Amino acid sequence: MIYREAGQFKSTYASDQAIFPIVQDRWVVLALLAAAVVVPTALGSDYWLQAVLIPFLIYALAALGLNVLTGYAGQLSLGTGGFMAVGGYAAFKLATAFPGLNILAVFVLSGLVAAGVGLIFGIPSLRIKGFYLAVATLAAQFFLSWLFNKVAWFSNYAPSGTITAPARTVLGVMVTGPNATPGARYAVAIGVAIVFALLVKNLVRGRVGRAWMAIRDRDIAAEIIGVRPLRTKLLAFGISSFLCGIAGAEYVFLYLGSAETQAFDINLSFLVLFMVIIGGLGSVLGSFLGAAFIVMVPIFLANAPHALGLYMPVALQKQLELMVFGGLILFFLIVEPNGLARLWQITKEKLRLWPFPH
Amino acid sequence: MRNRILLIFVLAAAIAVGPLAGAVLAQGGSIFIPLLVYRTGPYAPSGIPIANGFVDYFTLVNERDGGINGVKIAWEECETQYDTKQGVECYERLKGKSPVLVNPYSTGITYQLIPKAPVDKVVVFSMGYGMTAAADGRWFPWVFGFPTTYWSQASAVIRYIGTQEGGLDKLKGKKIAHIFHNSPYGKEANPTLEELARKYGFELTQLAVDHPGQEQKSTWLQVRRLNPDWIFMSGWGVMNQVAVKEAAAIGFKMDRFIGNWWSANDSDVVPAGDGAKGYKGATFHAPGSTFKVHAEVVKHVYDKGKGAGKKEAMGEPLYNRGLVNAMYAAEAIRTAMGKYGNKVLTAEQVRWGFENLNLTEGRLDQLGMKGFTHPVKVTCEDHEGNGPVLIQQWDGKKWTLVSDWVAPMRDVVRPKLEEAAVVEGKKLNYTMRENCAAEK
Repeated sequence: MIYREAGQFKSTYASDQAIFPIVQDRWVVLALLAAAVVVPTALGSDYWLQAVLIPFLIYALAALGLNVLTGYAGQLSLGTGGFMAVGGYAAFKLATAFPGLNILAVFVLSGLVAAGVGLIFGIPSLRIKGFYLAVATLAAQFFLSWLFNKVAWFSNYAPSGTITAPARTVLGVMVTGPNATPGARYAVAIGVAIVFALLVKNLVRGRVGRAWMAIRDRDIAAEIIGVRPLRTKLLAFGISSFLCGIAGAEYVFLYLGSAETQAFDINLSFLVLFMVIIGGLGSVLGSFLGAAFIVMVPIFLANAPHALGLYMPVALQKQLELMVFGGLILFFLIVEPNGLARLWQITKEKLRLWPFPH
Repeated sequence: MRNRILLIFVLAAAIAVGPLAGAVLAQGGSIFIPLLVYRTGPYAPSGIPIANGFVDYFTLVNERDGGINGVKIAWEECETQYDTKQGVECYERLKGKSPVLVNPYSTGITYQLIPKAPVDKVVVFSMGYGMTAAADGRWFPWVFGFPTTYWSQASAVIRYIGTQEGGLDKLKGKKIAHIFHNSPYGKEANPTLEELARKYGFELTQLAVDHPGQEQKSTWLQVRRLNPDWIFMSGWGVMNQVAVKEAAAIGFKMDRFIGNWWSANDSDVVPAGDGAKGYKGATFHAPGSTFKVHAEVVKHVYDKGKGAGKKEAMGEPLYNRGLVNAMYAAEAIRTAMGKYGNKVLTAEQVRWGFENLNLTEGRLDQLGMKGFTHPVKVTCEDHEGNGPVLIQQWDGKKWTLVSDWVAPMRDVVRPKLEEAAVVEGKKLNYTMRENCAAEK
């Protein structure tokens, strides 16, 4: 009834090609965005911001990066943790070597460094595909974390090998380091997430995105119609690693504050891959939904027994949490193999007919 | 289809409301201490006894004395799986209950919490782990690492090896291998060992084992090729038992294999069976459950059915570690009460208590811990206490002490520590407290 596009006429190409061609969608999304920026910054508790929302946004950005590569271009990658590590360590090196450099510039530059590394590890993708490529990117994961652990230069010769985010400001507000308020960190994280989500959304709707999808769906056919596989695949690797690199830099600077290579281990790569699969391969919204699922459901499960007044031993609670979480993942993959984004799409289609489905 | 949509909304609501549940109000009238524990995952063998020791001691204090000077202790466990991210989540969740101190029980989590401590006003008590440089209280007022640090421990172990070889000068030309967990924790001892290798002329080989440490074949192949005179290990969790088993398998002389104080628990040696006989470990408190404090725990905690673990597991080195840690925390709070009165204290007041803690032989006797651990005195400059180290040995059934208190080499460690404190402190934009004497 409310969600209906009757009477909305499009008289220009631009309005027809808008990201949200339906007026209601546009308003809802804008309102949600405004709420996402204003409400937590103003009202959120430290716990909500620091332990839930900031990691959610950072993981969402990483998932977005992996979604470009795996969801759109069809190149399975297990190197996400490694590329995030490149971003994190590059940001640390840049921020400590050039203390005057704006932290946002540091993030972008570290993203570029990660993109460079991603390009190098993307070269084999021309020859190897599918699971074999996953194994090749796994090599990136292990090599990179070994490198950062082994070469003390990357951690500025700290005896423990730990990198610590120095305090930096944006427009006079402290956003990194221990004295930055969670609100300020959150503002940076959501700003970065919005900018890059918009960027990726536009990329995948255009020529580049279509080329990626052509490669994903049938690479030989794509080649025949004039898509250059090397350039397209490498571009996907580059942009994917760029986003993962920025996510890695944020991971150290906005979320953890200090990190070692252990923070970027293979589990992180798997986690981000699960986000993409559960959220929806080849969907920008899916990256956010998947990240929300993986970040928030365990926290919910950890807190739920307390909220219900059930006091059980922490070990039992943790094991229950793992079992329920695993069960939920299976459930969603069976109910909707195309991910949460597809569920959302179905909901929207239903809503258009509501309340008179027939 | 309708059910499915309903389900989506329920789940979305659950996800949205979930973290709200974490915000539980602090209990009034008691001192709150969050316990970051790991009772599951690859580090559970080490994590469970510590957590049990901790909880048992606090239960003892509450049950026997009605709390610290009559003020009850409240605590809440949070499972971290020894994972830094989960640890930070736990800390953030429990921070809302106004804790006075936090025991991270992971060097990785300690590194995360050190920058937050002065901002959130929470004492970080990393007993015998964490960042060694933070033992300089002039730079890190909120962090305490007593009774001793990894660097002191490494120097004490080298001193012990020296005495076994017949003098520190006999170390020249000896081969010593250091097998370490490839993490900030495992690497902590490396700079000190390198320094000592230069000073005493022994040949040091550093062998890293990656997390979680189940796979060590290549490490032990290197050990076999190297054939070191002594092995020192900084391991944790499942890595320890694997290393002890591997050492037994290659027939290394176990009495020349010394684990640090996190690598010498029952769970580390039992899986290797008889092969582990002779394995040594460093510690800063005695093993076993023959002390008066254990009898008290049995009487007031286990006999009332309030024990955290099995009664038989009491006296394991790591159980005793938890006990000692809880005792230090309780005594620091008691010290603070001496100044601020017997009430629920703020973290700032408890910090003062930590900084002015003076645990004498007489006090240990009153606590039923005579001979169990060494007296410790914390000062504004020295948050480490520079405590000595004991060496214990596994005889196939239990741990027995085989050395007297071995003093660390303060002349080597302290200057390096102060140097590192400047570096680490500057990283966090700290300034040095000059007025230590005035704060007394």
